[in-house]
This record gives sequence, structure tokens and C-alpha cells, in this order.
Amino acid sequence: MSATLIAQLVVIGFTFFMLLNSAAVLVLMERKVAAFIQQRLGPYRVGPWGAMQPLADIIKLMMKEELRPKSADTFLFYLAPILCATAAFAAFAVVPFGADTTFFGLLDEPVKLMAADVNVGLLVIFAITSMGVYGIVLAGWASNSKYSLLGGLRSSAQMISYELSYGLSLAAVIMLAGTLSLREVVDAQAGYWHLFGVLPIPKWYVFLQPLGFFIFMTAGVAETNRAPFDFPEAEQELVAGYHTEYSSMTFALFFMAEYINMVTVSAVAVNLFLGGWHGPFLPEYLGWMWFLLKVFALLFFYIWMRWTLPRYRYDHLMEFGWKWLLPAATLNLLVTAGVVIWMGW
Amino acid sequence: MLPEPTLNTYLALSAVLFSIGTAGVFLRRNLITILLSVEVMLNAVNLTFVAVDRFLGTVDGQIIAFFVMTVAAAEAAVGLAIIIALFRHRESLSPDAFTSLKW
Amino acid sequence: MDALFFWIFAAVMVVASLLVVGQRNPMYSVLLLIVSFAALSGLYVLLNAPFMAVVQIIIYAGAIMVLFLFVVMLLNVRTEEDGAETRRPFDIGPGPRRFGAVLAVVLAVQLIWALRRIAEAPFAPAGPDAAAQTSVYAIGLRLFREYAFAFEATSVLILVAMVGAVILARRDPHLPTRKEQ
Repeated sequence: MSATLIAQLVVIGFTFFMLLNSAAVLVLMERKVAAFIQQRLGPYRVGPWGAMQPLADIIKLMMKEELRPKSADTFLFYLAPILCATAAFAAFAVVPFGADTTFFGLLDEPVKLMAADVNVGLLVIFAITSMGVYGIVLAGWASNSKYSLLGGLRSSAQMISYELSYGLSLAAVIMLAGTLSLREVVDAQAGYWHLFGVLPIPKWYVFLQPLGFFIFMTAGVAETNRAPFDFPEAEQELVAGYHTEYSSMTFALFFMAEYINMVTVSAVAVNLFLGGWHGPFLPEYLGWMWFLLKVFALLFFYIWMRWTLPRYRYDHLMEFGWKWLLPAATLNLLVTAGVVIWMGW
Repeated sequence: MLPEPTLNTYLALSAVLFSIGTAGVFLRRNLITILLSVEVMLNAVNLTFVAVDRFLGTVDGQIIAFFVMTVAAAEAAVGLAIIIALFRHRESLSPDAFTSLKW
Repeated sequence: MDALFFWIFAAVMVVASLLVVGQRNPMYSVLLLIVSFAALSGLYVLLNAPFMAVVQIIIYAGAIMVLFLFVVMLLNVRTEEDGAETRRPFDIGPGPRRFGAVLAVVLAVQLIWALRRIAEAPFAPAGPDAAAQTSVYAIGLRLFREYAFAFEATSVLILVAMVGAVILARRDPHLPTRKEQ
């Protein structure tokens, strides 16, 4: 067991552990940010500034009674949340969150701060996100209830529609970077341009692909079934959509899967468009701090959108995805291709 | 120790999968399952292409397998649309319900 | 280590395919086929084809099977109706079923016999440039140079299939539906 192997395993375990924690942190962050947007205080009793609230939530969820409708298909009913959660965690496996590090010289060779460096990394994320659709479809079907079935069908139709724009905006970034591996896409964004010889602008792809960034974030929000695209879970309409019949830990799994999908989409967006772990003033091996900062900025943006914008009606949602976002993504791809060929990049 | 897989092993695996798919097309009396068995057969063929590709060191097999996948997608879409249209007429998914052209 | 993975994936694939063919409930058949595709994707990775592996998951497991699942759910297909008789799984009934099963076994035996006649062909160990040779870049080069016509034809095919599927599955607005008849 060489030191590098142990270090790699530690990184993998650490990533998993931090993902679990991020779900808990997001629970609190969502409630506090929502509260401040709505001019109230949010949870403040449990721990300082409500910091122990996620712990209270988790204990509550664990103590609840585990229910299952009698006519539900047992195997599929319990498989669905497992699929959702597994897909959510697995998608983060190829996301890097820092430069190669030697842990302050303890190791001989640098180890990558990611779980798996595949050279088709972006496609893997796309593939595993597609698998997340199954959890939702099966949850809707297996619950054997009309609200769940409708919610599940609508949600999965929405997800597969927005996957197209998601993939096309990814393709534009791949064209600019020339590689499918996320680490190399981040490394291509190192450095600065100097506007007018003086103003340093980081070489992030968001400046080269503003439309692409917008499409990616919109499609990402729709993929994770968050507002304003959360009609399938709309409380006013469908009770709770595909997770109506779920309670206790199975609901917690769905809940967690949604938050981790949010984190994954934000992390991928940071890596693709916002320069990953590159940032000023900090040495390279502390780049993960910048990464965290950027990811939390995007997560704040997610939560802000949820509590500010009204919900799209379902047919408007589908129309937007097919008739506006997909042509915009195609246009973005074509223009990017034209510019890349013309400038010879 | 387990025997190392050679090209022959992969081809044999592909042959077994292909015949499983064929058995499905013959034996099942449900249109959707018949389509699923056709997909099994197509995947067996894809496996053959990619295995020979690995043996020869080219990428042509992968490209052909990619096209097979695309055609399978198109065929599945049209096949399922036909099944939906048929279901609307007879409310049945058994091929035995659509035998009016038999003498 | 690779050999172990091969046998695991191969076993999973064969068992899943057998269950797809033998399973009563079409929903389970679709899910088992997805398992089979995941195992096939693993086999592709072992065969040094990572792009094919990922594309298999994206297209087959992620799109085609979702389509199948939707159709199974919309048509509310519960279990296979076989007339008035009840059948246990893998119960090969009289007549055509026996004949079909025998044919399938004969096919398998024939194929394997034919394949045993070729020489033993072990794989060359992957060279140092194997990753570059089968990388997405290499595939893209071949695809858009030698196979450009096939590529364009495939896009026309997909367009035709999309239009055809939409038209075939549409309710004819002139015909009364079954409820109105």
C-alpha cells in the first residue's frame, strides 16, 4: 500500500464525507437565506444562529415512521431513492476540487484532488445525471398513486428535455478547451488576459461563453428540479410530486439527492466556466478555498432564485426548454465553432 | 485463477447474448418485450464490433457500433410509437391480437 | 484483475439478459435490461473503449430505456396476458414455444461451434499509446473524415424517425377515440 494509494483513498473518502456534509449545510443555508429574503430570521434556536438545525432535521427524519402504500411495488419503491442518491453521489466522482497536491510535501508525487480522473470526465457526468432520471420515474411509478405518477412523469420528461441544452452547452466548452477531462478544462482557464494592457481579467470561460453559462445554469436548475422549474414538486398542485408517498429515511434520500445534484451542477459550472480553483492572492495548493467560495456563490444564487422567482407552469416549462433554450444552445455551439475555426484556437 | 479473456471469449459471449435475444423474439407474446429482445441482440453485435476493434487496434469498430446504437435508438422510437398506435386500436399488447392479415 | 471484472460483467450481462427474456413483468424487464447495459458498459471499459462505454450509458441506458419505461408506464402494462392460461416463468408451453426454444439453443450451439474453429486470438497488451489511439479525438477524426457521409445520413435518419414517431403516436383528431365510440 503505497503512500499515494492511501492518499488517493483518503481523498475519495473525504469527498464523500464532504458531500454528505454539504447536504446538511445546504439545508441550513436554504432556510436561512429564504428567511432573510422573506424578512424574517429563520431557525435561530437550535445552536448559535441555528447552526445545529440540520442535525435536528436529520434526527427528526430518522425518527419518523417509515410508510409504504400497501399496493406499492416494494422492490421498486425502495430502489428509487437509492438510485437517486447513488446517481447524485457518483456524478461528483469526476469533479476535481483542487490542484494536484502533495499534502505539504508528505507525499512523493502529487495526488489529484478528485475521486477519479477519467479522460472522458464530462461525458461521465452527463451519463450519470441521465441515470438520475430513473430514480424519479421509478418513484412515481412504484408509489402507485396518481399524484406521484403524474409528478414522476412530468419531472422525468422535464429532465430529459433539459439534458439536451445541458449537453450542448457542455459541447461548446469542450470545443474551447479541446479536452473532455475536467481537470484539463480547469487548467486551460489559468492565467489572465490584460485588457487595455492594464486590467487583468481571469481567463475564465464565462467571459468567452456568457450565453453558454446562462444556458448551463438554467438547464442545471431544471435538471435538479429546483425553482423556478420545480412544477413537478409543486406543493400547491401535486402535493409533493414523486416523493409524496415517501417518509423518513427514503424521503431523506431524495432530499439529499436533490441537494447533492445542486452541488454537482454548481461544481461543474465552477470548473467549466468560472475557472475552478484558480484565483488571485492564494498559492496554488490552497486553490480549493477559491473553489469552495465559488461553489457556494453559485449555491446562493440557486437558493436566491428559488425564493424570488415564481414557478413556471408545466407547459411553459417544456416550451421554454424545447423552443428557446435548445435553439439558443445550438446557436451558441455554432457561433463558438465558427469563432474557434476562424481564430484558429 | 480465472482464465484471461481472449477475443474468442468475447465472441462466444456475444453469440450467447445474441441467441438469448433471438429466443426472446421468438418466445415472448408481448410486443414491448419483443422490442427489448431486439435491443439485446443489437447490443450483442455492438460487443462483437468493439471486441474485434480492440483486437485489431483500430477505432472503426467503435464508430460502426456508435452508428448501430444510433439506428437502434431511431428504431426503438418508431417501434414504440407503432406499439402505442396499435394499443389504441385493440387495447392489447399481444402479437396474437393483430392477426387479421393471416388467412 | 481485469479477468475477474470480465467474468463478473459477463455473468451479470448473461443473467440479466436471460431474465429480460424470461421475466413476466415488463417493467422489471426494462430495468434488467438497464442492468445489462451497465455491465456491457463495463465490458467496453475493459476493451479500452471508454468513449463507447459512456456513450452506451448516455444513449441506451439514459435515453432509449427511458423511452421504453415511459411507454410501459403510459400503457399501464402490468403482467403479460397470455390468453386465459397462467404460466409460470420459463414454462415453455406446447407447440411453437418449444420449437422456438430449441431453435435458440441450436443457434447458440452453432455460433459457438463456428467460433471455436478460428484460431486462439489473445489480445495484444495495450501499448503506451493505446489511450491516445482510442481517445475521443481519434474517434472524432475517423468519424468526420472517413465516415462523414454515414454521419450525415444518420442525422437524416434520426430526423425521419423523430417525425415518424410523433405522427404515429398522435391521436388522429378526426377519428373518435374508443371512449366516444
